[in-house]
Amino acid sequence: MSLFAARDIAIQFGGIKAVDAVTFDVKQGEVFSIIGPNGAGKTTIFNLISRIYNLTSGELIFNGKNVTKVPPHEIAALGIARTFQNIELFSQATLLQNLLIGRHCHVKTNLLSQFAFLPPARDAELAHREKVEDVISFLDLQRYRNTLIANLPYGVRKVVELGRALCIEPKLLLLDEPSSGLNVEETEAMAFWIDDIKKDLGITVIMVEHDMKLVSAVSDRVMALNYGRVIALGSPGEVQTHPEVVRAYIGGEA
Amino acid sequence: MEDAARLLQLVINGAAGGCIYGVIALGFVLIYKASEMINFAQGDLMMLGGFVAFSLIAGMGLNYWVGAALAIAIMAVFGFLLDSVVLRRVIGQPQFAVIMLTLGLGFIFRAAAGISFGYGSVTFVTPFTNKVENFGDIAIGQDSLSIVFGTVVLCAVLYAFFSKTRIGIAMQAASQNQLAAYCMGIPVRTIFSLIWGISAAASAVAGILLAPSTVLDVNMGFLGFKAFAAAVLGGFGSIPGALVGGVVIGIVEQLAGYYLPAGFQDVTWNSMLLLVLIVRPQGLFAETQRKKV
Repeated sequence: MSLFAARDIAIQFGGIKAVDAVTFDVKQGEVFSIIGPNGAGKTTIFNLISRIYNLTSGELIFNGKNVTKVPPHEIAALGIARTFQNIELFSQATLLQNLLIGRHCHVKTNLLSQFAFLPPARDAELAHREKVEDVISFLDLQRYRNTLIANLPYGVRKVVELGRALCIEPKLLLLDEPSSGLNVEETEAMAFWIDDIKKDLGITVIMVEHDMKLVSAVSDRVMALNYGRVIALGSPGEVQTHPEVVRAYIGGEA
Repeated sequence: MEDAARLLQLVINGAAGGCIYGVIALGFVLIYKASEMINFAQGDLMMLGGFVAFSLIAGMGLNYWVGAALAIAIMAVFGFLLDSVVLRRVIGQPQFAVIMLTLGLGFIFRAAAGISFGYGSVTFVTPFTNKVENFGDIAIGQDSLSIVFGTVVLCAVLYAFFSKTRIGIAMQAASQNQLAAYCMGIPVRTIFSLIWGISAAASAVAGILLAPSTVLDVNMGFLGFKAFAAAVLGGFGSIPGALVGGVVIGIVEQLAGYYLPAGFQDVTWNSMLLLVLIVRPQGLFAETQRKKV
């Protein structure tokens, strides 16, 4: 059964159709990768799902609910988390604080008990901290726990952003180029984590990625885009050898 | 001995006046930290807060505490609406548009207050008016004490709010990274409006605290420029810096008024602003990184 579906989604910036009548389904528990040359509209699709952009037409269905008109700040509470290609962390806060903000949409205690730090607020805070510690050990981030993000190397920040998304306890995780800027070992570690996220945590993943090795290693299905349109959809092997995809990447007779 | 007592008294009076600058500067800093906007109508919000309190307490005969609380609440709602209805529309415009808009709003507020309350000065009776506490040689007006005390309480409440509550932490997050805040489920637009609400409420507190020691008139908002100097002195973007900056300016102003020839008092804040910009442009408590232009 499909957890997420995009139906004929499209967005236009002026005269440019960045995403044009794209339709796809993502099944519960799979890793679904989106590939394509630069400017194909991959990140734009993420921004549409996060509701940062408004669709020109089409609809988004998540978990049986139409989320086309949901405001951007309610997306997290529905169970969709994301990371960014260029990392959007709270750089003047520590790693721990960043992950705790990931728990924002799960905070249910009221203002007054938070002010006075009453038992319900304290217990909830402990539970959130425990959840965050689980994520920290899952991603091996213990030694950076109290470091400011601004002082962390790029590769670690990338993992922190993944961790913050996991703290939301999402049903669907959007990863925007998880390997960009990472070295070979870090990319391998990322592949393991994505696999664990799918198998151990049971989270469905949509990933935008350029590194074909990572794509083939973790994806169940791949969708290739060019100029905002779907040109191929299928298993990693099928898509990579698809003549349209080869033409889009390498060029050739149209 | 008498000199020491006089000095102490000047310092305390100066600190009290400085607390007012500090509280208005706090309003500047809150809005700047959240949205990188500088609200030049901050002083006029204080003026409006004072007049709203005046019309509730002196006009409608409400109890001082009830009237003050109500005035603060009214100004908070006003600040919220100001952002969600007016300021929201200049987001994405150049910084200069915001400056012009807030300066213009200041004019509108002064004119509106002048039309509704008149251009003369008014005053209302508070529990602190014309009462003096004696500590040995030193006599301190209750109005000054209430300002210092009120500022401390306001700061404690704001501190607890920003460090302990979910919405306060959401505000910190939204000011650091709007996009990431959205994806964490924080309603960034509402948060910004709330910050304007808090900022306007803080200004109203300043107006109400100031009421016993001075008269209210429509031009009292120009005090905001001294508060601006206080915010710069503290290192724009630092909340403790804003308060310390305000207190420092208040004290220096008092001392200059007493020890220097007439006229120097009025230029102290300008001189201090210039001095800070020359000697330590990042301010006393530099928090914001230098912006490359």
